[in-house]
Amino acid sequence: MTKKVIEIQGLYKDYNTAAGVFPVLKDVNLTIDHGDYVAIMGPSGSGKSTFMNILGCLDRPTKGEYILDGHSVKSLSSNELAKLRNKTIGFVFQGFNLLARSTLVENVSLPLVYAEDQKELRTKIAKNILERMGLGNYFDSKPSQISGGQQQRVAIARALVNQPRIILADEPTGNLDSKTSDEIMKIFDELNQIGNTIIIVTHENDIADHASRQVRFLDGKIVEDRRNKKEKVEA
Amino acid sequence: MFFSMLSEAWHAMSANRLRTFLTMLGMVIGVGAVILMMAIGEGAQQSIKRSIDSMGSNLFVILSGSSSTSGSRSGSGNSSALNINDANAVGDLEDIAAIAPISTGNAQIIFSGNNWNTSIIGTSPTYFSIRGWNVDSGELFSDADIRSANRVALIGKTVAENLFGDDIDPIGKTIRIKKSPFMILGVLESKGQSFDGRDQDDTIIVPITTAQRKLFGNQIPGSVRMIMAQANSEKYMGVAEDAINDLIRQRHNIRENAESDFSVRNLTAMAKTASETAKTMSMLLGAIASISLLVGGIGIMNIMLVSVTERTREIGIRMAIGAREKDILLQFLLEACVISIVGCVIGVALGLGGALLVKKMIGAEILISMQSIVLAFSVAASVGVFFGYYPASKAAKLHPIEALRYQ
Repeated sequence: MTKKVIEIQGLYKDYNTAAGVFPVLKDVNLTIDHGDYVAIMGPSGSGKSTFMNILGCLDRPTKGEYILDGHSVKSLSSNELAKLRNKTIGFVFQGFNLLARSTLVENVSLPLVYAEDQKELRTKIAKNILERMGLGNYFDSKPSQISGGQQQRVAIARALVNQPRIILADEPTGNLDSKTSDEIMKIFDELNQIGNTIIIVTHENDIADHASRQVRFLDGKIVEDRRNKKEKVEA
Repeated sequence: MFFSMLSEAWHAMSANRLRTFLTMLGMVIGVGAVILMMAIGEGAQQSIKRSIDSMGSNLFVILSGSSSTSGSRSGSGNSSALNINDANAVGDLEDIAAIAPISTGNAQIIFSGNNWNTSIIGTSPTYFSIRGWNVDSGELFSDADIRSANRVALIGKTVAENLFGDDIDPIGKTIRIKKSPFMILGVLESKGQSFDGRDQDDTIIVPITTAQRKLFGNQIPGSVRMIMAQANSEKYMGVAEDAINDLIRQRHNIRENAESDFSVRNLTAMAKTASETAKTMSMLLGAIASISLLVGGIGIMNIMLVSVTERTREIGIRMAIGAREKDILLQFLLEACVISIVGCVIGVALGLGGALLVKKMIGAEILISMQSIVLAFSVAASVGVFFGYYPASKAAKLHPIEALRYQ
C-alpha cells in the first residue's frame, strides 16, 4: 500500500568554510513512506538542520541521491526546486515566519499566489483552512495581533494550503509554552491520522514521542532509526 | 499574479511612508526640472522661430560703411558708400528676386499732445513684399509716392498705441516728424520681436525719397544706408552673396586686395544660427535637468538596497513557500518602478505648474509639448527599471537558507 515519498541514498553535504571543507552529512540513507510520521532528532551540530534543508529543497546535497515524490532533486533547476517547495512541501518553522505586514488570509494564500491561482479561489481556500485551524475570527488580523500558538496555526495552515505531499516542521514548538505545544502537536497528530506525511525536527523527546518513527543524527550520520513502541494508527 | 504583486508593492511602500516619499521626491524634482526646463527652452525656440518667420525669407542686408570691419576707416564714410544705383544693380542680378533700398534714422514724432521717439525707415514699396508685411488697416504707399516724395507714413502697432491710444483711428491723421507734417496712410500689422530682441512694431515707414530729402537731409543725393535683397531661393543664397560682393566692389572700383566699403550680411544664416543657439541652450537645460533625474534614480537604488537587506527574511520565507527567482525579482523591480512612475506623475504636474508660474511671473514664453511629457515618463520608467534592477536581482539571488536565517 505504502509508497515511498522520500528516498535518500549515500547523501553527503560539505560546507566550504575559511578553514577548509567541513563535512556536515556523511553517507546518509533514509526512506520515508507516504503517511509516515517521522521525528528527526539529534543535538545541535549533528547535521539535522542541514538534512532538513536538503529535504525541503532549500539546499542541494554535495553528493548522493535524493528522490522526492519521484523527482531526482539533483537534476532540477532552481525554478523547478521552487515549484517543488511550493506544491510538494509544506514548511512549518520554529519562528513561525509569517509576513508581518500581511493579514492572516494573505499569509495563508501566499503559496497559492506563487502557484498562480485566481484571487477569489486563493481567498476561499485560505479562509477555509484558517477556519479548520480555529482562526475563523481573525481573517484580517495581522500576525502581531494574535498569540504565538495562533501564529503557528497560521503557519500550519499556510503549509497545508497547497495540499503538499509532505509537511516539514523545524522545531515547531520551540518558541511555545508546553500547553500550546501540546495543542500544536495534536494538530500534527490529526493531520497524520488523515494521511499526511509529517517530518518533524526536534530535540525534545516528548515531542518526538508523538511521531511513529524516530531518526537520530549524530556527527552527520544516522545513528538510530526506530519505530516507537506505541503502534501507529493506520490511516 | 501581476496585480497581487502590484498591491504588494503598494503595501511595502505604504509601510514606510516617509522613506517612500523622500525617495520619490528625487524623481519628482528630476522630472519636474526636466519638464520645466524643456518648456522654457522650447518656448524660447518657438519665439525665435516666430521672429525669424516675421523677418522674411532668404534675406541679405547690404550695409554701407565698414566701421565694423576696419578701424582705420573714418566713421563718417558710411553714409556715402551705397547709393540707389547700387541697389538697382543688385536687383538686376540673376539670383535676386527683389531689393529695397533703406535709409534709417531716429526722430521725435508728435501728434497733438503726445510725442514718441522711434526709428524711421525710408524705403520703397518692395520692402513690404520682401518682408511679407502688410497693413492692418489703411493702405501701403505706392511707387507714385516715391516719385513725388510725398509726406505719407505707415506706422507700426507700438507707435499707433503710444501716439493715438485706443480711441483714435490714426488713418488720415497728420503727425509731425521733425516738424514736417506727414499723413498716416495705414497701420502695419504686428510683427512682434525680431530675433535680436527689438520691437519691430516700434517704427514708422516713409517713402525713401521723402526720408532723404525732407527728414535726414543727406549730404550726397541718392545714397542709402542699406539695401535689403531677397534671393530667389535658399539654395542660391551662397551664389547670390558672392555675386552681390563682386558687383558692388566692381561698381565701387575697389582693388583686388583692398577691403570693401560695404558688407553683406546673410540674415537667414544669422537667424539660423540664432535658432540653433536656442536649440543648444534648450538641450543644455534639459541635460542639466536630466542629471537630477539621474540623482533621483540613484536615490531609488539606494533605498531599494536598504529595503532588500531589511526584508531578507521575508525574501527567505517567500522562497521557502515557492517563490521563484523571477517572482522576487519582479516584486522588487515593480516597487522601484511604482516609486519612479508615481514620482514622475507628481513631477510632471509640478513641472507644468512651475512652467505656468514662470510664464506668469517673468512673462517668458513657454511651450509644453506632449513630447517632453512622454519623454519624461519613459525616462522615469527606465530609471526605475535600471536602478531597480540591481537591488532586485540581488534579492532574487539570495540563498533561501541564508535569507531565512537572517535576523
